[in-house]
Amino acid sequence: MLIIKELHASINGKEILKGINLEVNAGEIHAIMGPNGSGKSTLSAVLVGNPAFEVTKGEVIFQGENLLEMAPEERSCKGMFLSFQYPVEIPGVSMVNFMRTAVNEHKKCKGEAPLSAGEFLKMMREKQSIVEMDKNLVNRSVNEGFSGGEKKRNEIFQMAMLEPKLAILDETDSGLDIDALRIVANGVNKLKSPDTATIVITHYQRLLDYIKPDVVHVLYNGQIIRTGGPKLALELEEKGYDWLK
Amino acid sequence: MKQYIDFFKTQRKQIDASCSSLVNSYRDEAFASFEETGFPIFKSEEYQHTNIAELLDTDFGFYLNYKGESIDPHKLFHCNIPNLSSSPHFIINGHFYKEKNNRNLPDKVFSGSLNTFAEEYPDIFSKYYNKLAEEKGNGLTALNTMFVQDGYVLYVPKNIIIDHPIQLTNIFNGKIDALINRRILIIIEAGSQAKILICDHSTEKEPLYAATQITEIFVEENAVLDFYELEESSKRTIRLADNFVQQSTSSNVMINNITLNNGVTRNNYYIDLDGEFAETYLYGMAIVDDTQKIDNHSVIFHNVPNCQSNELFKYVLDEQSLGVFSGKIIVAENAQKTQAYQNNKNLLGSKECKMYSKPQLIINADDVKCSHGMTTGQLDESALFYMRSRGIPKEEAILLLKYAFTDDVIQGIRLDTLKERLKMLIEKRFRGELIRCQECI
Amino acid sequence: MSEDSNDILNEITNKDYEYGFVTDIHTEFIPKGLNEDIVRLISQKKNEPEWMLDFRLNAYRHWLTMQMPDWAYLDIPPIDYQDIIYYAAPKTKKGPKDISEVDPELLRTFDKLGIPLHEQKLLSGMAVDAVMDSVSVKTTFKETLAEKGIVFCSFSEAVQDHPDLVKKYMGSVVDYKDNFFAALNSAVFSDGSFVYIPKGVRCPMELSTYFRINALNTGQFERTLIIAEEDSYVSYLEGCTAPMRDENQLHAAIVEIVVLDRAEVKYSTVQNWYPGDKEGKGGIYNFVTKRALCKGEASKVFWTQVETGSAITWKYPSCVLVGDNSIGEFYSVAVTNNFQQADTGTKMIHIGKNTKSRIVSKGISAGKSQNSYRGLVKITSNADNARNHSQCDSLLLSDTCGAHTFPYMDIHNDTGIVEHEATTSKISENQIFYCNQRGIPTEDAIGLIVNGYAKEVLNKLPMEFAVEAQKLLQISLEGSVG
Repeated sequence: MLIIKELHASINGKEILKGINLEVNAGEIHAIMGPNGSGKSTLSAVLVGNPAFEVTKGEVIFQGENLLEMAPEERSCKGMFLSFQYPVEIPGVSMVNFMRTAVNEHKKCKGEAPLSAGEFLKMMREKQSIVEMDKNLVNRSVNEGFSGGEKKRNEIFQMAMLEPKLAILDETDSGLDIDALRIVANGVNKLKSPDTATIVITHYQRLLDYIKPDVVHVLYNGQIIRTGGPKLALELEEKGYDWLK
Repeated sequence: MKQYIDFFKTQRKQIDASCSSLVNSYRDEAFASFEETGFPIFKSEEYQHTNIAELLDTDFGFYLNYKGESIDPHKLFHCNIPNLSSSPHFIINGHFYKEKNNRNLPDKVFSGSLNTFAEEYPDIFSKYYNKLAEEKGNGLTALNTMFVQDGYVLYVPKNIIIDHPIQLTNIFNGKIDALINRRILIIIEAGSQAKILICDHSTEKEPLYAATQITEIFVEENAVLDFYELEESSKRTIRLADNFVQQSTSSNVMINNITLNNGVTRNNYYIDLDGEFAETYLYGMAIVDDTQKIDNHSVIFHNVPNCQSNELFKYVLDEQSLGVFSGKIIVAENAQKTQAYQNNKNLLGSKECKMYSKPQLIINADDVKCSHGMTTGQLDESALFYMRSRGIPKEEAILLLKYAFTDDVIQGIRLDTLKERLKMLIEKRFRGELIRCQECI
Repeated sequence: MSEDSNDILNEITNKDYEYGFVTDIHTEFIPKGLNEDIVRLISQKKNEPEWMLDFRLNAYRHWLTMQMPDWAYLDIPPIDYQDIIYYAAPKTKKGPKDISEVDPELLRTFDKLGIPLHEQKLLSGMAVDAVMDSVSVKTTFKETLAEKGIVFCSFSEAVQDHPDLVKKYMGSVVDYKDNFFAALNSAVFSDGSFVYIPKGVRCPMELSTYFRINALNTGQFERTLIIAEEDSYVSYLEGCTAPMRDENQLHAAIVEIVVLDRAEVKYSTVQNWYPGDKEGKGGIYNFVTKRALCKGEASKVFWTQVETGSAITWKYPSCVLVGDNSIGEFYSVAVTNNFQQADTGTKMIHIGKNTKSRIVSKGISAGKSQNSYRGLVKITSNADNARNHSQCDSLLLSDTCGAHTFPYMDIHNDTGIVEHEATTSKISENQIFYCNQRGIPTEDAIGLIVNGYAKEVLNKLPMEFAVEAQKLLQISLEGSVG
């Protein structure tokens, strides 16, 4: 589904990713771990096409197509989803309006007819229940005034709405209490299918107790320095990152 | 206006007599400009509520070539803020008072008379004097340049930090209605720092005193200046002050103007942020009652990116007083990442007082953080009631709340001794214990 | 409303000014220029009584003594007032009695503009007065309204049929001496709408006037007078468009509203005069004086305006709050793009006790445009316990445009509370990227965000107008960002 080859990327001329190689197949959950500043968030930003980062070398193939040539919205419509570490507030734009625009853009991309208001509302209600989201939140402006936990739940709710092929969860666990973490993780698990894949970016083992990864990678100084099974995460939790350097 | 033109034409010799030829060399051009433009027009956008022509219509006397040898300001005037400065200076009736012995400042620093400075540092004088005043001033500015005979200069060369604040006291002393035109020039070169407090006083209650004062301030790269002004004059005083400030890269300027007692005051501030990362704090506070008028006008020019300005003016008005605030922030095209905050808050204490507020933003760049606000109202009734319910008498509660209202301007002062002293003076002023210019003889 | 907005926004991408066509109809003109004879001629064409002519002549003579105001933050090229035609009318039979008498070409024009004049076609329950160039073409639902005693007709008809009301109220809110453009309008105004709501009547439908400039070289000078008697209510809408032409055309209107005890008037405008092309050529000069007099106790006026058109806008819909406990509110979205200039805002004059006012102004500037808010809040010495709150926000969409705020607050009473706040913002790259990541293209993301920004004002518009206004916002900002 996703093949990353020798990916280099920089921000403001500073190289952050120094040759990433990674392959993710449908049905898999990959965890990417690593200390602060290792390039985890940069990797996710580059994959979804954040214009702040510049790809200097390498290629990324997503479902057989060259991902790096696509505009961010194109990547989204092709099934790439990022749960932002810091979801953006958009004052005045209601969640309903925001999601309806997004869902219908996705439909348009696939050549399907847009949803009617009734269908859309029904879909919203269903998906809300996945993350046990407060009904009132969808009538508020996008992320505005949401608590940290609400924002993260809102990200997973959007994931449910857009049904991505590949979901990247960037530090979705940071700042969540244990109940919220469980809700978010359950949401992710419910959305999992043999056709989709997930990349979980995290600092801690904690989230991986709920979202079981098939493969664990350690990212350090812009490179993947080790790849292993779920045990690797436990080892990291116990020993830290220093023994790998 | 005609009286000033005639006076200038007929008394030119007298005006020039005791001044440096450099100071005199600016008069002709200023005269031409004054003849052409005259006083700022009453009710025009910039002078909607202050009528300069009318204020200066009185047949004022001039203290030309005033020597004031018989006067010892140390006896004449007892400072309300004692022990603030080890370097006190005085301008009496527009003329710098030459101290016998006043040398507590670092060697290379010049702190003294405008004429002396023009004689000793002609190049530097010519580089800075009247530069901003001519560029941004109006007819009233020109009038000052025409008639000015003396004033004060602070010149701090590169990389000198003056620890102790300098204090300059303007004193009016005389029995006749008089117009005084004084000039202040402050040059803080790169990497230097200074703090100055300027106080306005008058010794007599009867005569009508009018003053024009032009202050030109140049703060160069990485330099820091604190410029405090305290007006404690009388009801029969007219103060028309122009302040022009030019800031270079990473400079930092704090201006804080406190009006405790006055007659009619108009302060203009024109601040140019010409170097990136320059910061400006422009604060003002006025307590006015009776028929006093306070009119503060400011224009802050964000000419380059990445500068910050913070502006806050607070007025407490009572009786038949009049308050005017007009502030303009102009963000030039390309002055991205500008941060500009402007605020005016006013407390009205009587049915007869009037407040005119005009906080304005002119923004020509998109990546900026600019905001402004204005609130005018009365003391918070619920706070008042809450305090009374705790046993605080109404009068005392009002006083406490008014005092609290002025506090954020005072907190902006970066000079602890002055801050403490002002707190006391403000409290006294609210209690009516601060008799106008009480400690002047 | 928000439910539909996406569809609307998507639908209209890549549309330019769509009302720029010219209708080919026979038009009657009078000679160019302005003098007493022209004023007399206009009055004569309209078969006006003596008192009306006198009013015009007085206004004209006063106008001669006045100068065009120059205090606004606008760069107005010199206007040759002798080079304008002050009266143009589509040639049609005098006062069409019913729809069959109206020139079919005119009907088609208004159909094309989305303003059907066939009553049977109207589903929305909106009565329309359509004004083309200088004259009213057709007023719908007149009879239905008349049953309730409501008068809704063209100003010319009102002069003939309700002279007492016109005499009593015309000029009582906006004196002809008020300003340069008010004097000009008072001298040469040709038509407009007249509304009278009797005591205790709630007007059962939205009243709407649709203004259209068609003729070349012609100024439009209409005049609207709304009188709401005690305990009455009316919601009134105004829309306007003009053809695309290379030269500038002048529009100088007056709106007067009189509100008596406990009456309420809502006045909404969607102003979409031709704004000129992308190089700033052509477009309407929109110099308008709108004022409401809250004469009665507890009377209320709500101004809502969405200003997207015109090359230059000079307009300050105001409230004079004379009655105790009266309320004035002003909601505005002003969009400028390309070379448009707008200097717009309001005046809230508090005279009565316990009067309240609220101002919400949302400026959106793009391209090389200049967008200014100018507003006066005045609390006079008798206006005890007056309250005002103003919120003026600016959204900048380019680094070559300007957004300016000029509030004036005169407070002469210590029991008043006046608050003003203003902010400036831009659409952040983060916000756009977040939308992109969810599959929303940039242009649509901007539409979403702009409509979200303006929502507080758009929500005050009647339904049909709100939808139109949303569309307009998007169209006006076309191509303004990246």
